[in-house]
Amino acid sequence: MHEVDVVVIGGGPAGMAAAISAYESGIEDVWLLERDYWVGGILPQCIHDGFGNFVFGEMLTGSEYAQRYINKLRETGVKVRPNTMVLKIDQNREITAVNPSDGLIEVKAKTIILSMGCRERTRYQVLIPGSRPAGIYTAGVIQRYINIEGLMPGKKVVILGSGDVGMIMARRLTLEGAKVKGVYEITKTPGGLTRNVVQCLEDYNIPLHLSHTITNITGRYRVEGVTVAEVDSELRPIKETERYVPCDTVVLSVGLIPENELSKMAGVEIEEKTKGPTVDEQMQTSVPGIFACGNVVNVYDLVDDVSESAERAGKGVAASIGGKLERRKTPIRVKTGRNVNYIVPQIIRNKNLNESTRFYFRVKETEKSVGVVVSANGDKLLEKRERIVRPPEMVRINVPPDTLDKIKGDELTIDVEERKK
Amino acid sequence: MKKSYFVTCTLCPMGCRIEVVVEDGKILEIKGNECKKGEKYAIDEFSNPCRILTTTVRIQGGLLPKLPVRSTEPIPKKLIPSGVKEVKKAKVKAPVNYGDVILRNIFNLGVDIVSSRDLEKENKEKKNG
Repeated sequence: MHEVDVVVIGGGPAGMAAAISAYESGIEDVWLLERDYWVGGILPQCIHDGFGNFVFGEMLTGSEYAQRYINKLRETGVKVRPNTMVLKIDQNREITAVNPSDGLIEVKAKTIILSMGCRERTRYQVLIPGSRPAGIYTAGVIQRYINIEGLMPGKKVVILGSGDVGMIMARRLTLEGAKVKGVYEITKTPGGLTRNVVQCLEDYNIPLHLSHTITNITGRYRVEGVTVAEVDSELRPIKETERYVPCDTVVLSVGLIPENELSKMAGVEIEEKTKGPTVDEQMQTSVPGIFACGNVVNVYDLVDDVSESAERAGKGVAASIGGKLERRKTPIRVKTGRNVNYIVPQIIRNKNLNESTRFYFRVKETEKSVGVVVSANGDKLLEKRERIVRPPEMVRINVPPDTLDKIKGDELTIDVEERKK
Repeated sequence: MKKSYFVTCTLCPMGCRIEVVVEDGKILEIKGNECKKGEKYAIDEFSNPCRILTTTVRIQGGLLPKLPVRSTEPIPKKLIPSGVKEVKKAKVKAPVNYGDVILRNIFNLGVDIVSSRDLEKENKEKKNG
């Protein structure tokens, strides 16, 4: 059995940044395990721009963002093991993996960083009735077909869901010569960023039908069409509004779910709201020595935020191995207050931290002119104004170490409060 | 005759719906923006909206069949569809490095189309970079 200081599982943006960060924090014995033939994760198929505004201060494409991290990774001594599938992790941080050149690999890790990312929800997770012909894909799959494999999935396309990848693929399909007949979104508001509504749909006159869903898919061998309908306030389709839209391809952009099979095997506690591990300010999970970062923890909006969380995890494992973490007597639980759906990290375990802790959270409802208030035991510690908060756009707030150290109790709350104009 | 055009600002999550009132090609008024930046955004979006062109080209002998490329600077939005077609004509052979010029000075705009990544030659024996 190999003995390794840090084993990073998954070589997407989170895994690459975490491995680099651990190495740069002084840990030389770092392995990065990746099941694909090379690192980069989903970024290489994201050929559009909009990445890296925070990390690099410029607008890069996803491919470029990945390349820059691959180049950085090459400058380190991180051992990258591609084509390697992790089969098992246990609570003692023993990892079982396989790859074609080494066969079975068994590793005892001092620390593990989980960075497996997320997976797309499929037709069977949103239960669309109808037949099961060819021509039904998730948005990420056609993104791979078009941008990596050079294959066109169809000519007349209907898109269900207005997630970012769905809207980006509406534009990409259009530019590659397909006809996108419409994007159907079950809720009253677009699921993705405003930037994508404007630059992917409005720029190309692709209709966005809000409060609509697909009620049936027809076609024997290939998709021939879909039935769409408006939905009521309870999201139930209204029968009278049903209409038929001929098409040969259905693309689903109906959400992403963190991929936590391995985390669960290791006994890591999973949050109900985020579907990812409960993490502390170092990105350490409920199992000592197991850390997590990126979209396996919570589906972030921006890759820049994924990299930031990964950098924190890298520093976290280094501090943990170096015995530099000072435990608080009682950990602080981070509580969701008014109009807050969930927050990451969920717990503060250590004190005398070197840097601010960045809390990421999503609101339940859109609200204008608000104050984001961090408080403990009824005392307001910090307030930050926001012009608007919307569920699809994560809110960030940094809390300095001395502010956290001042907290005597075991709770911290984040509220979104109305402000008078 | 006065005419109104609407622009959705993408500079921040507010996503202001900004109205640009125009007469004889001249901007008379800008309404609905919550901040100053929105005004400039609306003027640019109305008079010369630009976007980064991103697409892929076929690559000969590459590890993968497609190479992602981008324009070095934003180009006029209306030129994006024809730009995508123009870039397809480029003949590219592996290996390619990140930043290599794939097409120089597209439509004489003074903007190059460059590779967004490294792409090595196909090597069936050893597909692990």
